[in-house]
Amino acid sequence: MSEAVATQLSGWGRTMPTVAQLVEANSSRQIADLITQSSSRGVLARGLGRSYGDAAQSGGATVIDMTTMTDFSLNPDSMSVTADAGASIDSILREIVPRGFFVPVSAGTRIITVGGAIAADIHGKNHHRDGSFGAHVTEMVVIDGLGEQHTLTPKDPKFWATIGGMGLTGIITRATFTVIPIQSSYICVDTERAKTLDSVMSSMMERDHEYRYTVAWIDSVSSSGRGVITRGDHASIAQCNSEGIKDPESYDPKNIATAPGLVPRGLLNKLSVRAFNEGWYRKHPRSRTGELQRIGAFFHPLDGVQDWNRIYGPRGFLQYQFQVPDTASDLVGVALSKLREIGAPSFLTVLKRFGPGNQGPLSFPQSGWTLAADLPAGISDLGRTLDELDERVSAVGGRLYLAKDSRQSPANFARTYPRLDEWRGIRDTMDPNHVFASDLSRRLEI
Amino acid sequence: MLDALGEPQSVLVLGGTSEIALATIKEMPRHRLRRVLLAGRPSESLDAAVAQLKALNIAGVESIEFDAKNTGTHGAIIDAAFDTSDIDVVILAFGVLGDQMTAEEDPSHAVEIATVNYTGSVSAGLHIARRLKNQGHGTLVVLSSVAGDRARRSNFVYGSTKAGLDAFAQGLDAALEKTGAHVLIVRPGFVRTRMTSHLPEAPMTTNPEDVAKIIVSALKKGKSTVYAPGPLRFVMAGLKTLPKPLFRKLPS
Repeated sequence: MSEAVATQLSGWGRTMPTVAQLVEANSSRQIADLITQSSSRGVLARGLGRSYGDAAQSGGATVIDMTTMTDFSLNPDSMSVTADAGASIDSILREIVPRGFFVPVSAGTRIITVGGAIAADIHGKNHHRDGSFGAHVTEMVVIDGLGEQHTLTPKDPKFWATIGGMGLTGIITRATFTVIPIQSSYICVDTERAKTLDSVMSSMMERDHEYRYTVAWIDSVSSSGRGVITRGDHASIAQCNSEGIKDPESYDPKNIATAPGLVPRGLLNKLSVRAFNEGWYRKHPRSRTGELQRIGAFFHPLDGVQDWNRIYGPRGFLQYQFQVPDTASDLVGVALSKLREIGAPSFLTVLKRFGPGNQGPLSFPQSGWTLAADLPAGISDLGRTLDELDERVSAVGGRLYLAKDSRQSPANFARTYPRLDEWRGIRDTMDPNHVFASDLSRRLEI
Repeated sequence: MLDALGEPQSVLVLGGTSEIALATIKEMPRHRLRRVLLAGRPSESLDAAVAQLKALNIAGVESIEFDAKNTGTHGAIIDAAFDTSDIDVVILAFGVLGDQMTAEEDPSHAVEIATVNYTGSVSAGLHIARRLKNQGHGTLVVLSSVAGDRARRSNFVYGSTKAGLDAFAQGLDAALEKTGAHVLIVRPGFVRTRMTSHLPEAPMTTNPEDVAKIIVSALKKGKSTVYAPGPLRFVMAGLKTLPKPLFRKLPS
């Protein structure tokens, strides 16, 4: 068995590290042993650490690094991939894109694991038509809190408790999910610049269904709420040929830069973020159709800059992402103006429409809007302002995304996930002794 | 658990009637506080401390029985507090000033001061450190004193216990390196409290609320030693290097 090493772990936002006993996974047997022999601090699986808050850390616990088990295989006939939980979406894409397939749902980063994608039930730019990642999982192998291995399918409530279950029902070791056929590694992108938040949102309401992928970037500094909507579909070979692209199937995204290790406090301030937002808005044409972009540029633009989370400096940052139903679409504007009032500089503010949610009791997406803003942790009044927003969001039946959360109150969480007790009931059958624990589960008293 | 903005959910105070500790809790962000344990000998003032915090709508305030001198009980009391849920901040706040002249005439009084301030703190501090290390996070705030920086004629029995406590806390911080747990040593000067109400005020005197502000800010910044008020750091650095004949001529 590999040795446990006391290791400081934090989320992508680097805000509240704790120290755990980190062990590299090497077999299902070993994982089952770690579960049955765990201390009172419990066990947690960790992937590539891209959840922003405290979901993949667990102070004092045994944290199993799943990224040492990375096998996967593509089955072109059934159009599916079967992968170890620790396999990264990045490595899977490098294998399957040149062979004409793509993952059913892609988050804003490909540096995530299959297990993490299931545990957080990630969503992407196609949620309005394809749902979240969990909707495309056909089978998974989970080791429960007693160290017993189960093969779960969507017929089983345990399956859905694990989709979006943040790793608290068991350790996913392997999963099969469907993939979609593509002709090229390019996306045919239409871009639209809109001068106000209202025009951004009405355009998205009207036209999102015409495209597989759509997302809007919002200028969080401008009081107009102006933004840039990008929409796209996988490009056909014919489209690539007509644009003179010679290698339509090649796929090899590279790092273009690495953020420096030491960044002074306050590098991201109102001025620098204002300049970025202005430039980003101006960079896009008022309207452009049929532009071919590589998959990496369209889906994972930030993956090109390694360790970009460091630019927020030593105090780290958080991402505030909430969902509200269409009947409360005004909350998008309310949130943007409240954050502007306290001078919270966000240069990555993303607005997206969600389609219906799935059966997962803790799965985040539900029909309506979702807004995500990156915010430096050091801003004064941030806590109070976000608490106020939490109230507004929960009052209309909205909620926060657990993979991003690092600060909501236990009461707010319980109020906004009304199926929590149902989920706890299933969890208690899968993990009667509550072996699985994270700093998130302790903070939110899950 | 601390949240991303450094707001604690649970605090344990050993020496639950300490004015500095209570002011610190009042100064802390309260949105996330779920559990505040005030540990001390059962007394009206401990009940009053609980009532005082409850009146401010601070959630989960309760008292637990704890006697610094009864070191044999420390382990079980601290374990029980941590077994219920993680504790983000522990404030080691108990201590007695005693009376220097009485102590010199009756060494058993000096032993009493040393037992509470030093022996009790070493015992409780080690039990707390064990639990903080086990949970992989949390801060132990140790209320030391500038009286420990250089012994003075007028209060060296008290000062020596704080010097011992301070050295202990420095070492404990080193022992906890890379465990996720931290120690914050607080060295206040003269603070207007019950403990000092009978004494003439010294220069740079502060109130418990001032010390509390410094503690809360230091917790947020992750500092390991602070003076209260801050500039005392430089005064004490000067006093420590002052030649003995000069130092002894200073008003005590």
